[in-house]
Amino acid sequence: MQPFKKHTGLVAAMDRANVDTDQIIPKQFLKRIERTGFGRFLFHDWRFLDDGTPNPEFELNHPDLRGASILLARRNFGCGSSREHAPWALHDYGFRVLVAPSFADIFYNNCFKNGMLPIRLDEPTVDELFARAASHRHRLTVCLETCRISDETGLSIPFEVEPFRRHCLLDGLDDIGLTMEHEHRIAVYEKAHGLISNP
Amino acid sequence: MATTAPRTMFAKIWDHHVVHAEEGQQTILYIDLHLVHEVTSPQAFEGLRLAGRKVRRPQLTVATADHNVPTTDRSLPILDPISKQQIDTLRENCRQFGIRFYDLDDANQGIVHVIGPELGLTQPGMTIVCGDSHTATHGALGALAFGIGTSEVEHVLASQTLLQSRPKTMELRVDGRLSGGVTAKDLILYLIGEISTQGGTGYCVEYTGSAVRSLGMEERMTVCNMSIEAGARAGMIAPDDTTYEYLRGRPFAPRDYDAAVERWRKLPTDPGATYDKSRVFAAADVQPQVTWGTNPGQVAPVTGRVPSPDDMADRAERKHVAGALEYMDLKPGCAIQEIALDRVFIGSCTNSRIEDLRAAAAVARGYKVATRVGAMVVPGSGLVKRQAEAEGLDRVFKDAGFEWREAGCSMCLAMNPDKLEPGERCASTSNRNFEGRQGKGGRTHLVSPAMAAAAAIAGHFVDIRQWEYKT
Ligand code: SF4
Repeated sequence: MQPFKKHTGLVAAMDRANVDTDQIIPKQFLKRIERTGFGRFLFHDWRFLDDGTPNPEFELNHPDLRGASILLARRNFGCGSSREHAPWALHDYGFRVLVAPSFADIFYNNCFKNGMLPIRLDEPTVDELFARAASHRHRLTVCLETCRISDETGLSIPFEVEPFRRHCLLDGLDDIGLTMEHEHRIAVYEKAHGLISNP
Repeated sequence: MATTAPRTMFAKIWDHHVVHAEEGQQTILYIDLHLVHEVTSPQAFEGLRLAGRKVRRPQLTVATADHNVPTTDRSLPILDPISKQQIDTLRENCRQFGIRFYDLDDANQGIVHVIGPELGLTQPGMTIVCGDSHTATHGALGALAFGIGTSEVEHVLASQTLLQSRPKTMELRVDGRLSGGVTAKDLILYLIGEISTQGGTGYCVEYTGSAVRSLGMEERMTVCNMSIEAGARAGMIAPDDTTYEYLRGRPFAPRDYDAAVERWRKLPTDPGATYDKSRVFAAADVQPQVTWGTNPGQVAPVTGRVPSPDDMADRAERKHVAGALEYMDLKPGCAIQEIALDRVFIGSCTNSRIEDLRAAAAVARGYKVATRVGAMVVPGSGLVKRQAEAEGLDRVFKDAGFEWREAGCSMCLAMNPDKLEPGERCASTSNRNFEGRQGKGGRTHLVSPAMAAAAAIAGHFVDIRQWEYKT
């Protein structure tokens, strides 16, 4: 996994609550057996009209938001299905940081596994970021080392991340590799609980 | 862990499965049963191959194909080449890694959350995961069961463990008894409406109280199934005689059954144990429910009306409700019973078990589906289908004009050819009414099986408590 230390990028504001994973990546794209290439299907049914052309009404299609890498959203982002295709699609599209008042649990977890940083902030702070994002091509810098979000006008907002997740993201650690360092403990557990007769 | 302090059922199961815990780290938790399906697993198997890893405990892993499978004649080839490739990939992965696979022609094939309990794979006290958010279904038998992403599927395949932060616990207690015509589905929709779609985020929910205790085993599964719709990854109900009776004699039930029951009797939450949060509800307040919006918390009693965005507390919610009503093409103040339907779907891991089909068939018996409505029944598994046919339920449905299909997820998520056309309105016994869930532009109303059957016949929603049953 790519380490995540610090990221500066353009903010795309999506003023919608309860954005579910069925919207982030609709089911017709879940049949692929690869992990890559989901970005062009991100928000497909909102992003494209029936004839396949971009929907000019949809936030991310605004020409000013081309190249956005920080997504600002409302509460309960990523609710619904466990499909990891949702973070894959966001990441493949170019997002590296997601900011919202709350995220659904499985989605939140899936983001970290893919080198993306979801940040929970209280509602008034998110409102403030929405207000700032309304100005032309607003950029933020997100530093995971100091756990701060800043911009060029002196904004500085602290955020919290579980220490373990932070550590894994900073160093780009692979979960499975970490767990396998404890393989002997797993074997001991299996033996003690009679799970495996012939370990 | 030796402790005398009273513990919740969650804590007992969690503590028992800790392989390794360290301050400031996530816990390594042992997984007793890993259920696998075709949609969220191919990338995980590919990851194993790339890293040169094996499946650590293939015997604790069980796979089936459900999400993508056609529900029409199984002897015909799968028409969609990409669906076929996904199912072929799972078959090949299971062969290569030595995992038991219930293939399309297997009598035990079905929706993964239906076959787990049905085969007795799901047992009290277990940790169970699956790359599917409705895994909490298995919590109905007193297991700690939750959905995981594909990276975690790979983690479990490789290590038979998962890295987890301990969730908080929430008790949802329902006192009293559900009144006639009010089902487990109505109860869970009501609870989601009360605590909201994110009320359970970060928690493992335990459903308690006399109303929950008096539910049958399959009804409990319906309740736990939709925990994720309240934001909770896991939902559970303490095992009791209902559970033990249900599991007895199932193919994978423990051989020394009485000894197992003795162990399971120690699982329920100890008197005096506390939850991080508790909420209490009265069963008498629950009426038959119908969702009117685009998330499962947007729900009203069948006797109610569609609300107005102006009724909502804050700006974000007003905007969300206005958007939902526009998508659903509903006006504020419209009576729920005036909503007319084009389609009816009875199925999904929430409501496709034999008792669900019996309840729907009892309503349909002797009636005809309204002419403008297309209705289908999709059993949750091959075994449910055969049982229903043995009881003659298929005839009742077919005589009434319902289509009778093969087992699978079908129009719950419409990955296979069963889907709504844009603008079509559907009464569905599934669990998600998100935009486009049942087909792009389709409009979904979630209800119980009996309410869905009645709506198919009347052509609009009706209060099932007024239904005239024919014998
Ligand atoms: S029936 Fe629906 S919710 Fe259940 S596992 Fe299948 S797709 Fe998921």
